[in-house]
Amino acid sequence: MKQAEFLNVVMPFKDKLYRLAKRLLVSREEAEDATQEILLKLWSKNESMAEYKNIEAFAMTMTKNFCLDRLKSKQAGNLKLVHSNYSDESTSLQHQLEAEDSVSWMERIMEELPEQQKMVLQLRDVEQYEFDEICELLDMKPTAVRVALSRARKTVRQELIKKHSYGIG
Amino acid sequence: MELDNIEKLLEKYFEASTTVVEEEQLRDYFSQEKVATHLEQYRPMFNYFSNAKEERYTKQVPLKPRVNFYKWISVAAVAVLAFGIYFGNEYQEKKKAEYAYQETKKAFELLAENFGRGTEKVAYLKEFEEAKQKIYNNN
Repeated sequence: MKQAEFLNVVMPFKDKLYRLAKRLLVSREEAEDATQEILLKLWSKNESMAEYKNIEAFAMTMTKNFCLDRLKSKQAGNLKLVHSNYSDESTSLQHQLEAEDSVSWMERIMEELPEQQKMVLQLRDVEQYEFDEICELLDMKPTAVRVALSRARKTVRQELIKKHSYGIG
Repeated sequence: MELDNIEKLLEKYFEASTTVVEEEQLRDYFSQEKVATHLEQYRPMFNYFSNAKEERYTKQVPLKPRVNFYKWISVAAVAVLAFGIYFGNEYQEKKKAEYAYQETKKAFELLAENFGRGTEKVAYLKEFEEAKQKIYNNN
């Protein structure tokens, strides 16, 4: 596969990869790095790429796995940093600033969801994937996807109502 | 769209039993200016999803054919090696030839030196002959 051809294949879904990575890793830089890594990995496989039925699904699964690995190693790394008292102050400051903006609320609410729910919500409500596609991407049973999605949406609703009533009252 | 319908859709939405099309309707409804007051609280949620989809990956990815790079390096290495062996041999042969030449030259020089010594002696003989002739002529 030539470079131009590869770009034509990858272009339509590279933003989706990035958004999924950002949903999981939160930091923009890290998400950009992850996306680049995934695209380079795909490019190194470009000769065998024609064999994959659905390159987009394949890339999405790769991104998911890559980000989860990254998170795992980050958590392991964070455990070594025992005294990180300084982070407390900055988050509360950040929190105050972000409380102004309801879109940032949403961001924060979604950040606090468990990873699986995050991914399901991202894939369904942001990217509008069908259920069977999500099952394939995340390697989950259809019922599990529905349960996770319903839980995620309900959690978001609950948090929003909480914030909403704060905002008014 | 009528409010009743939206409420029903919302209920289904939270049970995760809406279809993609129905969810699109919900997003459309909440993107309007006017939303029923008791549904206002859901607005950030649906607007956020619409906004989140706008995010783009703008970084350029350096796509270099890395595999080919290694292939060409090995080709270059083999070429250099073959070159080295070829010219190395040639150089050694030249060295050998030079050595042989030097040795031969040395041998010839030795010979020439000995010849020279021979002619020196002959020169004496010549002197002797001349002297002899002079004596003969005088008498």
